[in-house]
Amino acid sequence: MAKIKMKKKSTSTDMTAMCDVAFLLLTFFILTATAKVPEALPVDMPSSTVQSKLPDSDLAIITIGKGKDGKSKVFFDIKGREIRKKTLEGMGAKFGVTFSEEDKEKFALMDDFGVPVTSLKQIIDMKAADRVKAEQPGIPFDSIDNQLKEWLLVSRRATIDLDDKELQIAIKGDAKEEYPQIKKIMDILQDQKINSFNLVTGMRGKDF
Amino acid sequence: MAELNTGDGGGGKGGKVRSKKQSSKVDLTAMVDLAFLLITFFMLTTSLSKPQSMDLSLPDKDDDPTKNKDIKVDENRTMTVILGENNKLTYYMGLLSSPIAGPKDIAYGKDGIRREVLKRKKSVLEYSASLGKPKNGIIVIIKPTKKSTYRNLVDMLDEMAIAGVDTYAIVPEFSPEEAKLAGLPQ
Repeated sequence: MAKIKMKKKSTSTDMTAMCDVAFLLLTFFILTATAKVPEALPVDMPSSTVQSKLPDSDLAIITIGKGKDGKSKVFFDIKGREIRKKTLEGMGAKFGVTFSEEDKEKFALMDDFGVPVTSLKQIIDMKAADRVKAEQPGIPFDSIDNQLKEWLLVSRRATIDLDDKELQIAIKGDAKEEYPQIKKIMDILQDQKINSFNLVTGMRGKDF
Repeated sequence: MAELNTGDGGGGKGGKVRSKKQSSKVDLTAMVDLAFLLITFFMLTTSLSKPQSMDLSLPDKDDDPTKNKDIKVDENRTMTVILGENNKLTYYMGLLSSPIAGPKDIAYGKDGIRREVLKRKKSVLEYSASLGKPKNGIIVIIKPTKKSTYRNLVDMLDEMAIAGVDTYAIVPEFSPEEAKLAGLPQ
């Protein structure tokens, strides 16, 4: 009698295709990755249904939110290394602080900051991780010492010199921030005849 | 996991010496595991979504008050929205002394202010059409009080974008009556 042999089914699956896909995706994510840096001043943005995105270059972001001590603080950030370098140079000249080439290089790679120009050097000298931890007091923007205005002026000039373009300004405000603070920032912008700017918002569902 | 699936059917019968066929397959399980782990890591650490932004254009501001000309608009076309404390929202149509509608408290969102804005927008268009100027739409005046938050303002601007109202103004000035309405100290 011929025995009926049961064919043994192999339990392993062919992983080749899966492996291919996985590595393709991996490559894609590695190449498109820009490491997310923790913000020095975390803000909870209000959400909107607007679909337009922020531009990548020639952009300055004014972040306004409450610090740990409950006071409103203003942080400033410029995109673009060359513009940052030139802005720092201009601010140094204006406030009589000298920044070395090394400082400028470091500043170009930094993110947002919120200190008066005089103590900016200490922030530049810090390591990225320490900057977030450091309690930055915010950029002064009252009528006595309006450094935010100077930052805006200098960075706009730098953008025009380098890229021959007008700098775009975006306001990134905390949702709980009260209107008068936002109004103050808008007034500073309007004093410089910047009448059109962006408000950074989060995303909201379509069925809102 | 074994993966000897070269099939052993139809092999040699009898006492022939079989040279065992070497499987050409490599176990990829571990590799795939690793790959997916890394994918997950990169997906989570990548900021995939760029922040969105809302364009806002304000009118020219002139410090010289003599240059600021008051523009007269038909009060039948204006809707005033007062953003108050604790997400309070009050609106009225026309002049506060002789309002067409309101003043009334209303909620933010789909069933509140949006419905009202859309309704008023339609009625203003009908009104303008009867005057022979069908292009004159509604004018919304947004009045944020000192206690209103940035979220309130953005929500209201968002409503304007959703409802398709393109004439709106942000006016943080209050007449005594409006201040009373918004619960502000006068």
